[in-house]
Amino acid sequence: MDISAIFQIAGIGIMIAMIHTVLKQMGKEDMAHWVTLIGFVVVLFMVVRLLNELFQEIKTIFLFQ
Amino acid sequence: MEIIQIVGIGLIATILILVIREQKPIFAFVLAAFTGIYLFLFLIGKIDTVIKVLENLANRSGIPTVYMSTILKIIGIAYIAEFGAQIIRDAGQDSIASKIEFAGKVLILAMAVPIISIIVETVLNLLPAGG
Repeated sequence: MDISAIFQIAGIGIMIAMIHTVLKQMGKEDMAHWVTLIGFVVVLFMVVRLLNELFQEIKTIFLFQ
Repeated sequence: MEIIQIVGIGLIATILILVIREQKPIFAFVLAAFTGIYLFLFLIGKIDTVIKVLENLANRSGIPTVYMSTILKIIGIAYIAEFGAQIIRDAGQDSIASKIEFAGKVLILAMAVPIISIIVETVLNLLPAGG
């Protein structure tokens, strides 16, 4: 996990917004919502991994069990 | 000069968040959370060195390790609670954020109870008996 992950998340967000708009124009509303949901899950995975790393670090530094 | 890096990361992330918030607010929130976690991880190495020095000083001056570990745990709880509360407040959920802050305060108080009772006992021993 390095700083490029921030750009990855921003890029995923912009791409998902574009795909959402295109699919909506084509009249496939439900597909557009699924695309948004899947993109969100992917991004959430990245954040949760980093959050796990942070909590482990805090646990080791502040003498938790 | 890590402060330049940190300010740069913050500025770039803020611009990206502003761009994305127009289209998909949920991605903006995730990006804000990610940036916050990243900056915290950036700083936690520094905190580690400071705490190592503090532990060394405490060992030399003969303070019981129970006090030291309790204080460190309290600092850790304060950091985590503040961090989570700020991210959640950014997302607009003020009520949940204030509950998290309240929980942090209660947990800190619960951890400080043994130290408080030791202080009270010390003060009682200082008082003249039967006075």
